[in-house]
Amino acid sequence: MGAMESQDTLLAVEGLSKTFQTGAGDVHALKDVSFSIPRGSVVGLVGESGSGKTTLGRCLLRLVEPSGGAVRFDGTDLLALGSAEMKRMRKRMQIIFQDPFSSLNPRMRVRDIIGEALVTHGIGKSRTERRDLTAGLLEEVGLKADHLSRFPHEFSGGQRQRIGIARALAVEPEFIVADEAVSALDVSVQAQILNLMQDLRERRSLTILFIAHDLSVVEYLCEEIVVLYLGRVVESGTARKLYAEPAHPYTRALLSAAPVADPDAVRNRQVLKGEIPSPLSPPSGCVFRTRCSFADEACAMQVPGPVVLSEHQTSHCLKAGSI
Amino acid sequence: MVDAPAISRTEAPAALAKDIVLEAQNLSTHFVYKTRTAKAVRDVSFTLQKGRTLAIVGESGSGKSVTSLSAMRLLGPTGEIAGGSILYRKRDGTVVDLARQSQAAMRQIRGREISMIFQEPMTSLNPLFTIGDQIGEMLLLHERLAAPDIRRRVIEMLNLVEIPGAERRLDDYPHQMSGGMRQRVMIAMALICRPALLIADEPTTALDVTIQAQILDLIRRLQRELAMSVLFITHDMGVVAEVADEVAVMYAGEVVEQAPVRDIFAHPRHPYTLGLLASIPNVRRDFDAAGARRRLVPIPGTVPSLYAMPPGCAFAPRCPYAVPPCGSPVHLERIAPKHLSRCIRAGEL
Ligand SMILES: Nc1ncnc2c1ncn2[C@@H]1O[C@H](COP(=O)(O)OP(=O)(O)OP(=O)(O)O)[C@@H](O)[C@H]1O
Ligand SMILES: Nc1ncnc2c1ncn2[C@@H]1O[C@H](COP(=O)(O)OP(=O)(O)OP(=O)(O)O)[C@@H](O)[C@H]1O
Ligand code: SF4
Ligand SMILES: [Mg+2]
Ligand SMILES: [Mg+2]
Repeated sequence: MGAMESQDTLLAVEGLSKTFQTGAGDVHALKDVSFSIPRGSVVGLVGESGSGKTTLGRCLLRLVEPSGGAVRFDGTDLLALGSAEMKRMRKRMQIIFQDPFSSLNPRMRVRDIIGEALVTHGIGKSRTERRDLTAGLLEEVGLKADHLSRFPHEFSGGQRQRIGIARALAVEPEFIVADEAVSALDVSVQAQILNLMQDLRERRSLTILFIAHDLSVVEYLCEEIVVLYLGRVVESGTARKLYAEPAHPYTRALLSAAPVADPDAVRNRQVLKGEIPSPLSPPSGCVFRTRCSFADEACAMQVPGPVVLSEHQTSHCLKAGSI
Repeated sequence: MVDAPAISRTEAPAALAKDIVLEAQNLSTHFVYKTRTAKAVRDVSFTLQKGRTLAIVGESGSGKSVTSLSAMRLLGPTGEIAGGSILYRKRDGTVVDLARQSQAAMRQIRGREISMIFQEPMTSLNPLFTIGDQIGEMLLLHERLAAPDIRRRVIEMLNLVEIPGAERRLDDYPHQMSGGMRQRVMIAMALICRPALLIADEPTTALDVTIQAQILDLIRRLQRELAMSVLFITHDMGVVAEVADEVAVMYAGEVVEQAPVRDIFAHPRHPYTLGLLASIPNVRRDFDAAGARRRLVPIPGTVPSLYAMPPGCAFAPRCPYAVPPCGSPVHLERIAPKHLSRCIRAGEL
């Protein structure tokens, strides 16, 4: 994202790759991914199932070890850190998981779920201090202090997601990866959590990588968007630009496929044919070419590099600018 | 308030208006356990016109699946229809109450008259059998066909649902297929006996939007070609806007509103529907002229527990319009010729 380099960058990803060795062969989950996240912004990461969103989010925190490339957080090369240094760094970077039902230990009380994060990172000198901190956190995410002694199963999905957010906030991180943090929620509850994330973001000047598959949620919440397809960035830029004039054929197809809650919406839909190919043997050249209506021989030969269309938009398509 | 008759109080009529293929009247479905009874569906009424699509929309736990399983009479050992009726017009024109059919009669109805696509494809596909055998099984049950004829019909059906290389895929097992392909297999199984009514329970919820678009296109095309009526269950108002002619909105086991799709979006007449629509992010509405983001307007609170339903309107504890009379039972009333609402203040909304 050309424009973002000039701003105050909190996190920069350069040429990041991740290959999983499996019995069936090498899974190329991420390949040569580059983008950066300006301090204080919310960047949306979208793409079909299996495109590598979760793997990318985890690589940023080194919960999954990248196979190559660099991740620079506030100027520090994370991949060069030893495990003790990385642990200290994780105090500044947190992740909220998709599933509010399985990401909380069912046998721990809320007090201990959050307290554990505080102890791990040495926050709060005494038990009572940690207890006060925990109560304050719960209040901040819209729960009550008397929820402290309850177990996760006693909460609704939205409440559990709030607990997950409180746990992530406990260590006062600067950066949060929210991996499908609202995807499992009903829309009325999802709206509560989106408002909460907005408030927290302002109050705590958080920077967020927001992974989601609901494109209207991403459009609402994010300033910048990164679109992944089969482990590669195909387009990135400001939300406004991408939604108004998507440049990459995949972004266009993705946006036109998203259902709009308006029976009178004009749908000039280009239904994308076929399915995402296997990451075990991605297509040569442009990974999207097997489903792209613009593809020709060149697309099978050459891996498209970033084409900067404007300060707001970069497309990784050989025909960028002419289609 | 318009003084048309209240649906919930009328007795079940023996006949069905002639353009209606399915009508639930005051349907209640319970799950009975030793210590408690879960009243999952309460006093539900809706109508589906022949050849049209009725979407049932509602949040998790609102009773959408139980409503459709009631129509199929697949409620399991603990489930029972505790009241009301589900009238269905068969192909030959006779009207039956699905709620009162014997299981033997239901076996004749399922597959040929009414077919269902279930919410979880992996639980309804048998992992041990090839998809060809599973689709063929449906034909074997209903039509006495020879093996080569079955094979031909199955291949025809796989082609119809656009599974590439049908002849080869016939011998695949479910786990060898992607989610989108499995959903096509489910559709093939549901449609192989050419049902008149298709019940599709969240057929695209687990799929990516690009695959969802393919499947929605497919269902629409098959509906046209096979002249089917469709009961389409979803929690996604975007999908509703795309597929529905009519919409029934469910909340906490009740239908709270039914109307043509445009009226539901343009003039919702129940506070829950209003809240649902306001909760969906929409940049045209949620950003002001200067480009600043407005806060969303969520519905406060959470859905009541099945075991602690409010005595009156089930939505009252979360409703910004609630007044003391909302504490007494509220019924689904006709507030305009094609619009029903279960809210005493519907006229003011
Ligand atoms: N531990 C692993 N071992 C082998 N392959 C893996 C592993 N984790 C992920 N993958 C593969 O890497 C690819 C990217 O997966 P990832 O979970 O990052 O996708 P995603 O975009 O988050 O998908 P979803 O939207 O379904 O969550 C997939 O093909 C996946 O099967
Ligand atoms: N076999 C059962 N025994 C007891 N309660 C049940 C049973 N099946 C469903 N329920 C309850 O009935 C209510 C309605 O469930 P249903 O599955 O119809 O919801 P739904 O609207 O389909 O939700 P979702 O969108 O999550 O699929 C829920 O509270 C559910 O817990
Ligand atoms: S009946 Fe009352 S509580 Fe129920 S939706 Fe209408 S105004 Fe709200
Ligand atoms: Mg993921
Ligand atoms: Mg359901």
